[in-house]
Amino acid sequence: MVPEAGLEIDHVSKRYGDVVALSDMTFEVRPGELFGFVGSNGAGKTTTMRIALGVLEADTGAVRWAGEPVTLSMRRRFGYMPEERGLYPKMKVLDQLVYLAKLHGLAANDAHRAADDWIVRLGLRERRLDEVQKLSLGNQQRVQLAAALVHNPEVLVLDEPFSGLDPVAVDVMSQVLKEKAAEGIPVVFSSHQLDLVQRLCDRVGIVNKGTMVACDTVEALRSSGASELVVHAPKAPAGWAASIPGVTVVSEQDGHTTLRINDDTDDQQVLRAALDTGPVHEFSRRRPSLAELFRNVVKEGQ
Amino acid sequence: MTEGPLARSSVGTELKPAQAVLLVAGRELNTKLRTRSFVLSTIVSVVVLAAFVLLQSSTFDDGGRSEVGLSGQATALGPQIVESAKQLGHRVEIVDIAEPAQGEQQVRDNDLDALVTGPVGSLQVTVKDTLNTELRNTLNGLMRQEILTSELAAADLDPKEVLGTAAAAQVTVKQLEPRGDDQGQRLVIGLIVAFLLYMALMIYGQMVAQGVVEEKSSRVVELLLATVRPWQLLAGKVLGLGLVGLIQFAIIGVVGVVAGLATGALTISGAAVGGMLAGLLWYLLGFFFYATIFAALGSLVSRQEDTQSVLTPVTMVIVIGFVFAINLLISNSDGALTTVMALLPPFSPILMPGLTALGLAPIWMQALAILLSLGGIALVAWLGGRIYRNAVLRTGSRVKLREAVSS
Repeated sequence: MVPEAGLEIDHVSKRYGDVVALSDMTFEVRPGELFGFVGSNGAGKTTTMRIALGVLEADTGAVRWAGEPVTLSMRRRFGYMPEERGLYPKMKVLDQLVYLAKLHGLAANDAHRAADDWIVRLGLRERRLDEVQKLSLGNQQRVQLAAALVHNPEVLVLDEPFSGLDPVAVDVMSQVLKEKAAEGIPVVFSSHQLDLVQRLCDRVGIVNKGTMVACDTVEALRSSGASELVVHAPKAPAGWAASIPGVTVVSEQDGHTTLRINDDTDDQQVLRAALDTGPVHEFSRRRPSLAELFRNVVKEGQ
Repeated sequence: MTEGPLARSSVGTELKPAQAVLLVAGRELNTKLRTRSFVLSTIVSVVVLAAFVLLQSSTFDDGGRSEVGLSGQATALGPQIVESAKQLGHRVEIVDIAEPAQGEQQVRDNDLDALVTGPVGSLQVTVKDTLNTELRNTLNGLMRQEILTSELAAADLDPKEVLGTAAAAQVTVKQLEPRGDDQGQRLVIGLIVAFLLYMALMIYGQMVAQGVVEEKSSRVVELLLATVRPWQLLAGKVLGLGLVGLIQFAIIGVVGVVAGLATGALTISGAAVGGMLAGLLWYLLGFFFYATIFAALGSLVSRQEDTQSVLTPVTMVIVIGFVFAINLLISNSDGALTTVMALLPPFSPILMPGLTALGLAPIWMQALAILLSLGGIALVAWLGGRIYRNAVLRTGSRVKLREAVSS
């Protein structure tokens, strides 16, 4: 049932006049995978997603799903949440979802049932006959998510799904995305909330200036960066670690020291040095957060 | 949640282009037919038209009818006045007045249109302000006849014989372009149809543009274009709103014709129904032509406030066509300029129905105008589709027409 090959973005390039929006963008989102798409504003995330949905045309390159080049009838089975949210302001929630479901090829009865299901599921039951413009911003976002899901898509592409959500809605959204991935469909979303991406995603792609600069599991990305040691030795004098070979002091304050060590440096040697100064209350290896990795990537790119 | 196997299996259903267009059109139809403004504007138009028809029928009556008081010797002329006025198309009701002074008072009070007194050879007519032309001619004729009769009798000729010969004499009329005597009604039908077409093109054409801008400004268009092609969205919108307009047009047209026939304001049912059908046909042709242009222009702007300014050049063309049409219809002109104008796609929807109602458009001209209009629609559909496709996702400042066409 679930195809082996997922959603492939294969060497896609796009220019707007003289501006290069994407150059050689390549990655794959496998079935059942939650893929986080990370990058600064203008890095090319939205353009990539628009091309995947066929809203924009790529200059070169291809988008494939389950090994086949994506066609319009395949795209009807994609679920999409555009960065610029949009629904008919004067249409009722239920009517809107039914209409979108039908446009995606659902028969009238199925469209009604699916729309009702998602309305209940996302806590919009009381609002189902209200015009969208009368809903609070948070509820409008829920309708937007329902619009992406109402036709039970086989691929989910969400551009900034978490932006503007309250903490409760963030939880609902995370839950839905995890479930969708668990059903075996590829889910790709972009976000600036890196802690969320780190927590949710199986794999992360970091985009900079229209190119994928890093793409791997969160674990792999984090361990690829230089490790840091956090040491809390209250009695340690200032500069206690400066003389240990292969160690750089990142920060030092009131016995709390952060050190960066080279890959070939033995951290036990650092621990011994710390113990020599007196008691050690904390000694831990800390891997960089996704946010730090991201900052480094963007800095390197400049 | 329910992951119905039913829903999953139905997702794969192929949506044919025609189905997509119909879905989009259905949404437009559904949303617009239910709005208060549609219901209200239909009711108001129907009421205005019915009131106009009623007014028309009562003014026709009043214009051809006078109440005339006769006093003294003039009383004898009653039947003759009624008879000869009738030949001039004027209805006269005779009231015998005993006292001239009393009659004068009635004229003053508008109870009588005229009071006729005096001997038959020198009638005196009292009116409030002006004497109706038909009535004047009638009375003049009668008086001359009386004088002639008495003169002939004095000359010892047989008045009957002479007058009989004179009465039989008639000018021969050579009609270069004979027209029915129902021209007045045809003109009214033509004017109403031209006016309705003008309103319908303006209102529903601009509604298409507003719909396009609404989708663009609310950004819902990006969601839609992920599942339907731009031309399907455009075609569905034009079709749906066109049907909304057609329904309103048909309701108003049927009410107008029925009211006209019922009140007697219309006596030529064939021409009226023909005029209405021509109106419907030309509404469709005109609508597809203008709505496509309106939609393409609407896609250039991102805010509802900018819609009017981008549409103005086209609405001006419709206004010019309408003004031209009204002038042509009233002056009853069928010159070369009219023919050429009526054949040009931007103007024919407004001109042709009127000319058809007046009986001024021969079959070849109607056929040619329809063909040219279809060609015009094909052209604007091609160009408009291109502009729409290129501009509809470009939000922000107004997209330049040249860029939208060329990119």
